Amino acid sequence: MAFVAPKETYSGKVYQVNAGTGANALSFGGENVLPFNSFEGTVPNKPLIAYEIQDIPPADWPENVQKPYSSVSGDPVTWAKFCQDTLKAKAIALRLIGTHPDRENRSPEDAAKTVKDVLSAINVPLIILGSNNAEKDAPVLIAAAEASKDKNCIIGKAQEANYKTIAAAAMANNHKLIAMSELDINLSKQLNILITQMGFDKERLITDPMCSALGYGLEYTYSVMERIRLAALTQNDLTMQPPMLADVGMYVWKIKETQAPESEVPLWGNAEERGIAWEATTATALLMSGAELLIMRHPKAVEAVGKVIEELGG
Amino acid sequence: MALSGVEIFKLLPKTNCKKCGHPTCLAFAMKLAQRQATLDLCPDVSEDAKKILGEASAPPVRPITFGTGDKAVKMGEETVLFRHDKKFVNPCVLAIEIKDTLSESDITKKIEEVLSSELDRVGQKLRVDAIALTNASGDKGKFEAAAKIISSKAPNVPVILSTTDTASAEAAVKIFTGKRPIVFGANSGNAEAMANIAKAEKAILGVTANSLDELSALTEKIKSLGVEDMVIDSGAKKAKDIIGNNTLIRRAAIKKNFKALGYPVINFAQRDDSLHEALIAAVGIAKYASIIVLSSIEKWKNLALFTLRQNIYTDPQVPMQVEQKIYKLGEPTQESPLMITTNFSLTYFIVSGEIENSKVPSRLAVMDCEGLSVLTAWAAGKFTASKIAAFIKESGIENEVKHRELIIPGYVAILSGSIEEKLEGWKITVGPREANGLPAFLKGRAA
Repeated sequence: MAFVAPKETYSGKVYQVNAGTGANALSFGGENVLPFNSFEGTVPNKPLIAYEIQDIPPADWPENVQKPYSSVSGDPVTWAKFCQDTLKAKAIALRLIGTHPDRENRSPEDAAKTVKDVLSAINVPLIILGSNNAEKDAPVLIAAAEASKDKNCIIGKAQEANYKTIAAAAMANNHKLIAMSELDINLSKQLNILITQMGFDKERLITDPMCSALGYGLEYTYSVMERIRLAALTQNDLTMQPPMLADVGMYVWKIKETQAPESEVPLWGNAEERGIAWEATTATALLMSGAELLIMRHPKAVEAVGKVIEELGG
Repeated sequence: MALSGVEIFKLLPKTNCKKCGHPTCLAFAMKLAQRQATLDLCPDVSEDAKKILGEASAPPVRPITFGTGDKAVKMGEETVLFRHDKKFVNPCVLAIEIKDTLSESDITKKIEEVLSSELDRVGQKLRVDAIALTNASGDKGKFEAAAKIISSKAPNVPVILSTTDTASAEAAVKIFTGKRPIVFGANSGNAEAMANIAKAEKAILGVTANSLDELSALTEKIKSLGVEDMVIDSGAKKAKDIIGNNTLIRRAAIKKNFKALGYPVINFAQRDDSLHEALIAAVGIAKYASIIVLSSIEKWKNLALFTLRQNIYTDPQVPMQVEQKIYKLGEPTQESPLMITTNFSLTYFIVSGEIENSKVPSRLAVMDCEGLSVLTAWAAGKFTASKIAAFIKESGIENEVKHRELIIPGYVAILSGSIEEKLEGWKITVGPREANGLPAFLKGRAA
């Protein structure tokens, strides 16, 4: 019996989303096949990796991922420029973690200033993230969205508790919007519907089904992503077609495997290489399940995942 | 594609003779469709029907056991394309390549890395499963000598013997007689000779080609020569081709019941850069590889790949669980705080991780709630005041700590009164609702 390649043609596709302005603007998404299945459809863009920086020094990051930034992370502008100019970042994700009430409780005005300063120092696309405090994120992200008006940034994350204000701010200032729900395909769909019912263009959305680290629930994120992507492609479900975000670094660099020194767990091997591998493996697995936008921390992990993306596309 | 009950019924004698132990042929057909009965129960079925039904009822990806004894690994038997549909069955085998150009001491070193690679994670023992000996020298004597070292130093580890030279293959495979090695190299040039070697030694035959067409033709040819157990290599080396070919192979097997590609897939991930290699292996683990060959097995790499393999092959319908017991985090004293949570592995990981982040030495009582998270377990009546009280009493913790204070998750604050009633002499403190509140909570208490 001769082999006939069982190729699939899907009725749906993923929206293509672009971010940034000018020559360094970038697009991701846009494919009409499962991840990297370019043998049966079109994959117009490669996944995009953004380097994560934050508004305050990363004292809470494990030492091995603080180290590469030790001379620049005291100031978000220097840090951003280092990522863009030295590490050749294609995009930067600025997390306004200092606005969290339990951290420095910085004001929305402070946040707006940081955003402005960073934007004036870089020309690659910027992702602007709150501190993941639903209440505080609303005023912070409104101020941030206004401060970056018309720069075509990606603003997030809008959640069920605060989506109205954040979506309105993203819309008024011409930004893209990350909609996050907690590891449930139905919640994710519902949030996308609620946001689009406000008049927000569904083709300007990015879905964050919530990330998990390798060994810490990765399989849940993996399967929710796969199911979202299948709904987008096979059922042509318009509410499930935004590209997906994997916010990898934040989830990876807080678990034991990225911190415990080899002296404590000799069977786990070198801690620095282990941490880098953990971030890169988590990211690679989520690329397989459909992530198009990744936020990562360690330069070596970013580089390694970039290399895999090249190999998967070329 | 498996046949439906009605399709099977059409092939049966339709005599309702009951000799199979079922009241009617239709009832028997339904049982066959659900794989709860086997066709040999029917004494009157025709040879034609046997052939059709036999082929249709065989698993779409052939089950093969690689190696023998307690280190043998099962491969194949997969039934789905996506893990949310049904559990992926047999976790992919990780093998390390050993080249026969290495010195005896280097070979021995690699073997020792394999033998000491075992780790325990969430109650599962994980390890590098196999050794792939490669005939890099092109020399029969060197290949045989290296095979002998492996056979004597790692007698129980399943082995892949990789050579396209039939004389070398034959010499090496005889060293592993009865141990179910894989002879890897049948290609379009040597298929017949390799098939004969595999058949004579009851070895599994690795089949390699440069396209899926060529591969299908080869496996059919080899099958006709009497070899049933094969692992297949589509020639894919680049990540793009690995994902493409593995996907087409799995689809052909499962959706089209295409037997010529219904075999476990072997991928070669070797790269100069070890991290890059790990990520290529990650692609294979996620996308349908049954064997992945690596060039190095550093401990950090093993941990990451074992964990990914475990994650991908977890049963999506059965929550991962950790053992019920009282875990010590840091080095707790008799005065250190005691918290309780459920045994859903994610809950345990997140809660224990946050406690460790707090740097406050503590005890965490993990109660068996059949792998449910706190709120779900509470709603299901598995995380109740009386069960918590019984668990604490029976745990023997009263001999370990001087205090009598139990911190419960904020989500089950409602239980605090009734636990105090049932757990005499104990004070119940309501902790934070979310684990990420634990560092502030614990540090606040310690201050």
